[in-house]
Amino acid sequence: MDNKQLLRVKDLKLYFRTRAGEVQAVDGVDFELNYNRAVVILGESGCGKTSLAKAILRLLPRNISQYSGSILLENRDVMTLNEEDFRRSVRWVQMSLVPQAAMNALNPVIRVGEQVAEPAIIHLGVSKQEAMEMAAKMFQHVGVPVDFLTRYPFELSGGMRQRVAIAMALVTSPNLIVLDEPTSALDVLTQANIFNVLKRLKKELGLSFILITHDIATSSELADEVAVMYAGQIIETADAEPFFTNPLHPYSQKLMASVPRLHEQKELDFIVGQPPSLINPPKGCRFAARCPFRFEKCAEEPPVFQKDGREVKCWLYA
Amino acid sequence: MSQVNLAPTFSTQQDARPVLLSVQELRVWFELRRFGFGHAGYVHAVDGVSFDLAEGETIAIVGESGCGKSSLMKAILGLNKPTAGRILFEGQDINQFDAAKKRWYHSRVGYVQQDPFGALPPFMPVRRILEEPLIISGVKDKDERMERIRKGMEEVKLSPVEDFMEKYPHMLSGGQQQRVVIARAMIMEPKLLVADEPVSMLDASVRVEILKLLRALQERHNLSVIYITHDLSTVSYFSERIFVMYAGQLIEKAPVRGLIDRPAHPYTQALLTGTSEPDARNALTYKEIPPGEPPSLVKPPSGCRFHPRCTRIIKGECDVNEPLEFTIEDRHSVSCWLYKG
Ligand SMILES: Nc1ncnc2c1ncn2[C@@H]1O[C@H](COP(=O)(O)OP(=O)(O)OP(=O)(O)O)[C@@H](O)[C@H]1O
Ligand SMILES: Nc1ncnc2c1ncn2[C@@H]1O[C@H](COP(=O)(O)OP(=O)(O)OP(=O)(O)O)[C@@H](O)[C@H]1O
Ligand code: SF4
Ligand SMILES: [Mg+2]
Ligand SMILES: [Mg+2]
Repeated sequence: MDNKQLLRVKDLKLYFRTRAGEVQAVDGVDFELNYNRAVVILGESGCGKTSLAKAILRLLPRNISQYSGSILLENRDVMTLNEEDFRRSVRWVQMSLVPQAAMNALNPVIRVGEQVAEPAIIHLGVSKQEAMEMAAKMFQHVGVPVDFLTRYPFELSGGMRQRVAIAMALVTSPNLIVLDEPTSALDVLTQANIFNVLKRLKKELGLSFILITHDIATSSELADEVAVMYAGQIIETADAEPFFTNPLHPYSQKLMASVPRLHEQKELDFIVGQPPSLINPPKGCRFAARCPFRFEKCAEEPPVFQKDGREVKCWLYA
Repeated sequence: MSQVNLAPTFSTQQDARPVLLSVQELRVWFELRRFGFGHAGYVHAVDGVSFDLAEGETIAIVGESGCGKSSLMKAILGLNKPTAGRILFEGQDINQFDAAKKRWYHSRVGYVQQDPFGALPPFMPVRRILEEPLIISGVKDKDERMERIRKGMEEVKLSPVEDFMEKYPHMLSGGQQQRVVIARAMIMEPKLLVADEPVSMLDASVRVEILKLLRALQERHNLSVIYITHDLSTVSYFSERIFVMYAGQLIEKAPVRGLIDRPAHPYTQALLTGTSEPDARNALTYKEIPPGEPPSLVKPPSGCRFHPRCTRIIKGECDVNEPLEFTIEDRHSVSCWLYKG
């Protein structure tokens, strides 16, 4: 067993029951993550990114029709744990989530310091005073002045509230932080500042990150590895460097071609059409209907092929 | 796929085209009232903005959240009354218009508002959404209205038209909804299109699709366009000139390449540093970003509004005197004391 490995997700599925049918939001996801590394899950709206985060942290809504696969976290399959053990020893303790739009989800009537301290009290069982000290330390890590501990969320800017949300995820000292669109609603300079904070946390605390986003350009600020998600599945995984210079999957290529550049004058491209419905998705390659390289084989579901140490789910690489 | 070339275009020549819109020393202040206290100051949302827009010209206004972009746009659309200054359209002050003239003005200016998902009335089908402006402006003949609706839908590629006519907004994807918003803005065949963050809520690929569409419409109709955004990376694909807005003021104005290749104002330089391009090397370095956050518009800082965050501040000057607008190259001006020469 590789002792550098922090996380290994295998064949993870999360389906929802709806009146229109079964939504296959996460459909057989595989990826790995080593200690002190950051993987970016890149994908467009509705492809299942938030559902994947929820599946990993077992934060499930009621209308689940299937939840299966394995999640090996520090050599233990946490999928096999019962709810109580998962809550007591995994969520917050080993890994935490900064949810999508977290900065707007802070409780408006509780001081932010107390909100950051709360997980430490609940999950680590420390005293209130100790927890407040831990919260103060986390404020320093994320660059929020310590005298903000006693402020209310409305007294903070969006960027500061997002830092508070990150501090809350950190206070229980997990090794892995899952960030769901942490900067999408923020301004350029605020975004850049938050990424500086995340880079520093990674370096100084040795943390690992799963960064979930649709923003390709800023994702490169943190990425060691990239996994591209399309219609509930991961269709390509690679190290950041080869990915950003030379993506393999036709969808990844098209997506990269749609990213505007400041200093290069290149023609932008877009993908005609829309992603398939996650209720009864197509049998073959899910990108086939929009793919410029489609051929007969694509009517069957492609397996994951290895190509120069990278993985790509596309028949072109058979 | 669209035929339009979306490579950046820019002209370095002096503009010979007639001026369509002239904004002169515009101020838009909102009165602040506190419960029990009455008057509690003003939000200086737009504070001394001047520029000319030529016929067929495209400009982008770039700035961070809350800097006053939408307030400026709403003043241009006649929705915000200026506290001071004037807005001239074809030489006429839009705030002197009578009711009939106002209707005419609204048919000359199309508006793509911020937040496409809130922009469309949920209980109207597409046909009805597009018919409304025609009815209001007095197109009485039903057949003529239908003809113009079809033409408008084809222009934004909502085709086959029959498939979309009777659909309600919630049945459309984000990109399709934004096409309806654009079709509605174009249905009166305006001369000026004001697009407030038209693509910021959309996925990367859909974003390009919509930008290409706007570009095609601009070229086909020789439209003047004001494109508002907080994202510098999209502007070079769409505009001839960029204006950078900070705390209610335009602090740098330049042709696109001049601004991106030779940014002059310390704030513009920071914006460019802050804007990422997809590159794995980004993860290896920290970004040098000015400390702090944009100032309150109720009591904006004295002197240069950027001075509390500026690393190149000239003490005794920048914190005291409001910078003048210095021209540093052809059509490139900057409001910063570093350039007083
Ligand atoms: N509880 C639920 N019940 C039914 N369908 C759901 C539920 N949660 C999510 N979905 C559906 O699952 C799909 C994936 O949603 P998800 O929120 O994971 O996407 P996402 O990639 O995070 O999108 P975004 O970028 O917009 O946040 C969508 O079609 C969504 O409507
Ligand atoms: N009707 C109003 N009354 C009072 N204050 C207002 C009003 N409209 C806008 N403001 C304030 O004026 C300032 C500028 O707002 P504006 O909406 O113009 O910014 P913006 O640049 O468009 O921001 P964003 O990028 O978030 O859309 C803000 O502080 C805002 O709160
Ligand atoms: S005027 Fe002074 S404070 Fe303002 S940007 Fe220029 S150097 Fe900085
Ligand atoms: Mg999501
Ligand atoms: Mg706005």
